[in-house]
Amino acid sequence: MVITPSRFRNPIGKFRLHRSNECIVCGKCVDMCPVGVHELKAGRVITKNHYRCTGPDCANPCYLACPTGALTVKKNPTFETMGDLRWPPDLIVSTWHMAETGEAPLRGLEYRTGDSGGGFDRLRLLLPSLSSHEMVPLDDEIDIGLELNKRDNSSHKIKIDVPFYGGGMSYGSVSIVTMLSRVRAAAALGTFCSTGEGGYPDELMPYDDHVITQVATGLFGVREDTIQRVRIVEFKYAQGAKPGLGGHLLGDKVTPAVARMREAVVGYPLFSPFPFHSVYSVEDHKKHVDWIKATNPRALISVKVSTPTDVDMVAIGSYHAGAHILHLDGSYGGTGAAPDIAKKNIAMPIEYAVPKAHRFLKEEGVRDKITLIASGGIRTPHDVAKIIALGADGVCTGTAELIALECIRCHNCESGRGCARGIATTDSELMDLMHMDWGTQRIINLFMAWRKELIRILTRLGMKSIQELVGRTDCLVHLDYMEKATVESLSGTRT
Amino acid sequence: MTSKYMIHTQSAPNRLKTLTTSGIIAWEEGCLNCPVCVKDQCVYGVYDNRCLDVRQMIDSIDNQCMNCLRCVQGCPKELIHKSINPEYKALGDSYWTPDIIASLWDQAETGKIPVSGAGYPGPFSGPGFDSMWTDMSEIVRPTRDGIHGREYISTDINIGGAPDHLSFTASGELEDNFPFPAEIPLPIILSLPPIGSWGESTVKGWAMAARELGTFLSLPHDMIKGDLVSLKESLIPVVDNGEPGSLKEMEGFALLEVPWREDWKEIRERIKERNPSTLICWRIPLVKEAAEKVLCLVNSGASAFYLKGTENGRHVDDDTAFIKEAIRSIHVTLVEKGIRDKVTLLVGGGLAMAEHVAKSIICGADGVVIDLPILIALECRMCRRCTKELPCPVEIGRAEPSWVASRVTNLIGAWHNQLLEVMGAMGIRDVRRLRGETGRAMFYEDLDRNTFGSLGTLREGYELE
Repeated sequence: MVITPSRFRNPIGKFRLHRSNECIVCGKCVDMCPVGVHELKAGRVITKNHYRCTGPDCANPCYLACPTGALTVKKNPTFETMGDLRWPPDLIVSTWHMAETGEAPLRGLEYRTGDSGGGFDRLRLLLPSLSSHEMVPLDDEIDIGLELNKRDNSSHKIKIDVPFYGGGMSYGSVSIVTMLSRVRAAAALGTFCSTGEGGYPDELMPYDDHVITQVATGLFGVREDTIQRVRIVEFKYAQGAKPGLGGHLLGDKVTPAVARMREAVVGYPLFSPFPFHSVYSVEDHKKHVDWIKATNPRALISVKVSTPTDVDMVAIGSYHAGAHILHLDGSYGGTGAAPDIAKKNIAMPIEYAVPKAHRFLKEEGVRDKITLIASGGIRTPHDVAKIIALGADGVCTGTAELIALECIRCHNCESGRGCARGIATTDSELMDLMHMDWGTQRIINLFMAWRKELIRILTRLGMKSIQELVGRTDCLVHLDYMEKATVESLSGTRT
Repeated sequence: MTSKYMIHTQSAPNRLKTLTTSGIIAWEEGCLNCPVCVKDQCVYGVYDNRCLDVRQMIDSIDNQCMNCLRCVQGCPKELIHKSINPEYKALGDSYWTPDIIASLWDQAETGKIPVSGAGYPGPFSGPGFDSMWTDMSEIVRPTRDGIHGREYISTDINIGGAPDHLSFTASGELEDNFPFPAEIPLPIILSLPPIGSWGESTVKGWAMAARELGTFLSLPHDMIKGDLVSLKESLIPVVDNGEPGSLKEMEGFALLEVPWREDWKEIRERIKERNPSTLICWRIPLVKEAAEKVLCLVNSGASAFYLKGTENGRHVDDDTAFIKEAIRSIHVTLVEKGIRDKVTLLVGGGLAMAEHVAKSIICGADGVVIDLPILIALECRMCRRCTKELPCPVEIGRAEPSWVASRVTNLIGAWHNQLLEVMGAMGIRDVRRLRGETGRAMFYEDLDRNTFGSLGTLREGYELE
């Protein structure tokens, strides 16, 4: 863990402090601030780190203690302009806090749920009360790792150290710096990161053991050696944000480097069709899996699908076709560009799909033979715990990593030169806004914070391994189905 | 339809500056005029495009800013702050939200499907149409590729009942003595908006759009005069009482819209007398007894209905009931009686987004009637000043017919493509087969209760996190 502050001059926080000329430079605020907002410099006190201020949540507020009343605290207007209901500004800034410090924010920010009004945001973990006991000390013995190969066969045995890995983001939709930051963080954390459907850049080669290569419908950059180089190969049948629709990389983003990687023409838009035009049945699907097995016999096969009404049938079909990992991508998942109508309406949220698939695989007696990975709207360690309790073994992350790299959810990834913040772009000038070491460390920090939170949750549940949590819906409560009076009695507490 | 139906769209720029979310940039005092000003570095060139002197400190509501916050985060003196544009937030109301209005403007300008980066930003679910999701096909079912034109997806619908069998003459010719239903190439009919300070040229533009699209514009019969007479084939006159005086020029219309009244039988007789071949589409307000009215009319031979809810997509007599449920129950009633194919159900009221077309049809409608979107396409801000006889801030009445026509054509073109996206994902290649396909949709009420209904117990000695 290395403290890794914002790469911009003025980090954005929830509050802003105003210092009037009444300030007598007594230094009291500098001494008392628990988070180092103020700094004494050249005979003046300056408000150096507004963004760290926890406002009224502060245990020791400087603005109340200032002898001359020179300090006032206000909400930062810019804070409110960021994000949306799924990623409210609180979640964005708390993710930044974790990416900077490796710790969950203790005060001032809601870091566990968003404001979408359903699903994860209405589910709560049901934990034994701490009552009069002090905080339970974190248990280092707790295992939050995940065995990805649950089949008894000759394929690789791969255990990841955390119950998540990085979902696919293609070269072209994000910059090489972003890609490398994600892969290097995955290597450091003992997990994996998927290449997405844009080819396998040479820069990733040192991290082959932590790369999942994606075979998607456009087959961009898929070659025999890219399949043979890795331990996990992912078939992307569909993407949660645009299920049933193909991918589309705008011509602007097809730079010479992208075109070379994808074996395409510079400046022309690229379509990744839907579906695989060679797969219209589970038998066709098995043929695909067999093809990979022939090319790389020990590779684990992941099948990434979206969440139609018959997601249970897709799940069992994938199992019988020989998949090791079934990856369900829910409809509220991320994308570099997708029609708004698809993002909102097509296919079901992951919170419904996971229990459905989990139950069905169990009934069919094969649940312990396949790893169920969930993605599509996993934003916080609490989302991870909730979806595992609903029946997943682990999750894929995506947007959370981009937020760690200071994405603000402006939703303009696809326009013009791409991301103005240098994350989802191939524009050389914009790419230079971010350095790989910084990006790597931010993602490591974020996930170290997630790791601690998951261990804390498991400790409170009295579980020794995260696998004990799989399918434990008795550890969850949904606020909409509780008695109104009970919900009201909880108001005021952080539910 | 034998030829491939395509809507040709072309950019029809806004006449005025649009309102956008991007808000006021507050400039604090204390600018150093430093040599590398963040304003020079704006990725989108906003400061350049607006021809602003970078040394100027001005407050501005900005319609070009893309909210990347680079200037906010880069200014060495932290002088720049942003907030959400209050004028944007104040657009419309809780149903016709600022986001819906802005998206309609954008589609009317560009004719393109709204596309954006990053995942869905909105609520998990919501009332009415927001409580359903549509299905997609995966691995085990083929999908269709309509949007890129590789496969043809038909959006044709017929209005009027289909005959249950065909009859032939002795010589093998098709007998033509049954009423042949009207056919439109997309399941959308335009209707005069209930509000708006539009003028004759606006109505002409809407009629031109209807002709361009191959569909109809419905409007009061006494407005059909002057230039509009030549666009007759694309118009549906609304005939209030069937009085002979209003029937003079009824020849040449495929369809009449007649509001339901207690004396509907007499009205029908008056119309039939004058013009026995004209199809009547009965407009029935969406009230609790709407299904009974439909059944009663069907039994006496009616075959086309326009069920109209409120502007906010609710029942006329019950603000808590949504048209979604009403369509489902009327559709199912007709199916159970075995007469669904004898009837065309059009629905309207509160249809605000392309997804509402697909969702209405999944719930059991054959097609939809839209009104306010064709007004919003013309930059209407839904301020409703026109209802208080105050001047229109965007002067809709002054817009040229040709501009009106292209804006509406663009909007419907974008909606049509979005309908193709939804159908393509489901693997359905004919919109007539989408009707009532509730098995290919997911309803919040069922799914949420099935999944989470049992998770409501807070056990003793436990707390929530």
